[in-house]
Amino acid sequence: MIRFEDVHKAFGSNRVLRGLTLEVPKGTSMVIIGGSGTGKSVAIKSVLGLVTPDKGRILVDGKDTTSGDRDAFLARFGMLFQGGALFDSLPVWQNVAFRLLRGALKRPQAEAREIAIEKLRRVGLKPETADQFPAELSGGMQKRVGLARAIAADPEIIFFDEPTTGLDPIMAGVINELIREIVVEMGATAMTITHDMTSVRAIADNVAMLHDGVIKWTGPVAKLDNSGDPYLDQFIHGRAEGPIEAVR
Amino acid sequence: MTALLSPLAHLGRAVLAALTSIGRVMIYAVTALSHIFRPPYYPREVFNAFVQIGWLSLPVVGLTALFTGGALALQIYSGGARFNAEAVVPQIVAIGMVRELGPVMAGLMIAARVTSSIAAEIATMKVTEQIDALVTLSTHPMKYLTAPRLLAGLITVPILVGVGDVIGVAGGYFVATQSLGFNPAAYLKNTVDFLETLDVVSSLVKGCVFGGIATVMGCYYGMQSGRGAQGVGQATKSSVEAAAVLILAANFLITGAFFSV
Ligand SMILES: Nc1ncnc2c1ncn2[C@@H]1O[C@H](COP(=O)(O)OP(=O)(O)OP(=O)(O)O)[C@@H](O)[C@H]1O
Ligand SMILES: [Mg+2]
Repeated sequence: MIRFEDVHKAFGSNRVLRGLTLEVPKGTSMVIIGGSGTGKSVAIKSVLGLVTPDKGRILVDGKDTTSGDRDAFLARFGMLFQGGALFDSLPVWQNVAFRLLRGALKRPQAEAREIAIEKLRRVGLKPETADQFPAELSGGMQKRVGLARAIAADPEIIFFDEPTTGLDPIMAGVINELIREIVVEMGATAMTITHDMTSVRAIADNVAMLHDGVIKWTGPVAKLDNSGDPYLDQFIHGRAEGPIEAVR
Repeated sequence: MTALLSPLAHLGRAVLAALTSIGRVMIYAVTALSHIFRPPYYPREVFNAFVQIGWLSLPVVGLTALFTGGALALQIYSGGARFNAEAVVPQIVAIGMVRELGPVMAGLMIAARVTSSIAAEIATMKVTEQIDALVTLSTHPMKYLTAPRLLAGLITVPILVGVGDVIGVAGGYFVATQSLGFNPAAYLKNTVDFLETLDVVSSLVKGCVFGGIATVMGCYYGMQSGRGAQGVGQATKSSVEAAAVLILAANFLITGAFFSV
C-alpha cells in the first residue's frame, strides 16, 4: 500500500504539489490523470526518492519511504519513465536485464538475456530488437523497452509514466492488457499516469485527478462518468470550457 | 553605513559561495574515492573507463609531447646562444619536459578530451533521466559512473604522463640531433645522467593528481547539470574550466612541495 500524506513540493516559486493526499491499496491499479505540468511525474518520483518533498510524508506498507535500507526498498519497485530513460550506451537486452546483470538479483548472463527477450516479447518487440541500441529504435519502441525494463525483475510495485503515449492504438491496447495482467495475475500494485482515456478505463481500479497540486477527485473507475465533479467532467470529456482554465 | 558595507557583504558572499563549492567538490571527491574500494564493483565499467581515458588518449598526449619537446629544444638552443650556453639543450629539455611540460600538457589535454566528454555524457544522462533510472534500478551513480572513471584517471594518467615525458624528450632529441648538430650518444647520456629519480617521481605524482582532478571535475559537473541542452553545454564548459585551472594550481603546489628548497 502506498500513502501520500499532505505532500508538498515546490521548485523555486513554482509550487507543484500543495498537499497531495492519496492512498493506493495493495494489489490495485491506480491511474493518475490531470493536466500537463500539474506534477503527476513529480508525485511518483517522490515515492522513489528521486524528488524530495518539502513537507509531508509518503508511506509504503506503513513505513516512511525515507527510512530503512534503500537498496532493499528500491528492489521492490519498477518504473517506466515518461521519456524512456534508456541507457544509450547499452544494447536493448542489457537495458531490460539491467537489474538481473548486477547487484542482489544477479543471474547468469544467458538466463538474464532469456528473461529480457521474454519481456520484450510481452511488450510486442521481436527478439531481433534485443541486440540493437536504444538510439536505433523508434519512440514507441523505446517506450516499450522502458516498459520491459520496468517489469523485468517482477517488482511488487510498478509506476508507469504515460505507458501508451506515442503508441499506435493496437499497441496501446496490448500494453493496457499487459498492465492489467501484471496487476491481476501477479498481484502487483500499479500507479499509472496517462492522458489516454481509453487506457484509464482499461487499466484502472481507481482513478485520481491531480489539479492545482491536490487530488481534486478520486474514486473507483466505475464512478468516473457520474462523479458530478465539474473538473473531472471537463477533463475526461476534453472540453475547452469549464472550471479548469485552458488558456493561461 | 549599509551602503559602505554592501561591497564587503558582496565580497563575503562570493567568498562563502566559493568556499561552499570547494567544500562540495572535496566531499564529492572523497566519497568517490571511497566507492572505489567498496563493493559492488563494476569491472566492465572500469575496463571501458581505462580504454576511454587511458588508451584512447595516448595519440593526443603523445603528439602534444612530441611537438612540445621539439619546440623546447629549439627555444633553449636559440635562447642559450645569447650567453654561449647552447650545450645545455639536453639537460633543460629533460628537466622541462619531465618536471613541468610533460605533466602539464598531458593534464590539459586530458582536461580537454576526457573531462569534457565525461561531463557531457553524464550531464546528458542526467537530463534524459538516465541517472534517475540508474537509482531506481538499485545502482549507485557514484559507484557505477564516477568510481570507475576516477580509478582509471588515477592509474592511467600517470602512465600517460610517463609516456609523454619519454616522447617529449625524444622530440627534443630528434630536433637537436637532426638540425642542431648534437651528437646522438652524448645527447642521450647527458639526459640520463642529469635526470634524478625525484624528477620522475614528481612527474608521475602530478599525473596521478591531474588524472584525479580531470575525472572528478567531469563527473561532478555532469551530475550538477541543469536541464536541457543548455544545461549540458554549461556543465561541459564549467567542468573543463575548473579542471584546467585546478590542474595548473595543483601543478604549482606540487612543484613547490617537491623542489622549493
Ligand atoms: N527537476 C525539476 N526542476 C524544476 N522544475 C521541475 C522539475 N521537475 C518538474 N518540475 C516542474 O514541476 C511541474 C510538474 O512537472 P511534472 O513533470 O510532474 O508534470 P506532469 O504532470 O508529469 O506533466 P505531463 O503530463 O506534461 O508529463 C512542471 O511545472 C515542471 O516544470
Ligand atoms: Mg509527466
